[in-house]
Amino acid sequence: MPRIVVDVMPKPEILDPQGKAIAGALRRLGQTGFGEVRQGKRFELTVEGEVTEEILEQARHAAATLLSNPVIEDVTRVEVIVDATIGAGE
Amino acid sequence: MSETPLIGDFSPAPDRGLSGARVGVVTFPGTLDDRDASRAVRLAGGTAVSLWHGDHDLQGVDAVIIPGGFSYGDYLRAGAISRFAPLMDQVVDAAKGGLPVLGICNGFQVLTEAHLLPGSMIKNNHLHFICRDQRLRVENAETAWTSEYAAGEEIVVPLKNQDGQYVADEKTLDELEGEGRVAFRYVGTNPNGSRRDIAGITNAAGNVVGLMPHPEHATEAGFGPDFSAAGPVDLRGGTDGLGVFISVLKKIVAGAK
Repeated sequence: MPRIVVDVMPKPEILDPQGKAIAGALRRLGQTGFGEVRQGKRFELTVEGEVTEEILEQARHAAATLLSNPVIEDVTRVEVIVDATIGAGE
Repeated sequence: MSETPLIGDFSPAPDRGLSGARVGVVTFPGTLDDRDASRAVRLAGGTAVSLWHGDHDLQGVDAVIIPGGFSYGDYLRAGAISRFAPLMDQVVDAAKGGLPVLGICNGFQVLTEAHLLPGSMIKNNHLHFICRDQRLRVENAETAWTSEYAAGEEIVVPLKNQDGQYVADEKTLDELEGEGRVAFRYVGTNPNGSRRDIAGITNAAGNVVGLMPHPEHATEAGFGPDFSAAGPVDLRGGTDGLGVFISVLKKIVAGAK
């Protein structure tokens, strides 16, 4: 079943405390190769049947209204993926 | 509804002739402070009406309070799911029509998600949940919820939150300042990194107000802060928040005459 992936990231100028805490934990673990960490959200919307342009448009609308708050977050991706790649990395 | 004091002497609200004013208090799944808000309305002399988020009926109330808590567990973003609750359609329409609406803490977050107020709340800049008595300055005493105070008057009410850092872009902040729409400002140290020490704001019409600290927790001697803005008070005797509720009740009663 196809799914639509929506990625939402905190805006660059917005403090991301979770990302900061993760960056600190990485340093404590001795993994010093990273600078900043930013933590976003990934949503997977399952589609019954074919992904039409209309459904994709609905997903974009959902991404801009419910899934993100444009004051503090950016939608960085709205994309259809095929099942085989779910959870296995793209 | 009868009131039972837990400690101390309970004094029912003095008869201010305000009992005809009906203030709705909305409960979402995860709301915590609805009963405190209702009690504050009654202590101020008004009539509190419980409203359920899943209903489509405001029951003819004269004002609405969206209380604090963790509606929907703060899932997604604080206030993000509550904002789409069935009752919120009525609240948004009524607010645009001039109905007084107050959002406290999580309720403030709901109002920003509903775009009734600009900006948003993100995690406190120090990352910790904070719970303390907080001094505020009433910057705008012309709103439906602040008219009982004098402009510049200071109050002390509890502050308790995790996502309390008020943010908005510079243009929005300049507009809020220029139009006198900062309703409450933190005094002393800024507890959470809020832009320009903003603790609460109002819409242009002055009927919709949101603030992070909790005036409803400073309305009854024995259960409030240990301080009033005027100085120390008897054990937990601070009632500086009562004016918020008396403000709206008086406005409703004056409008009904």
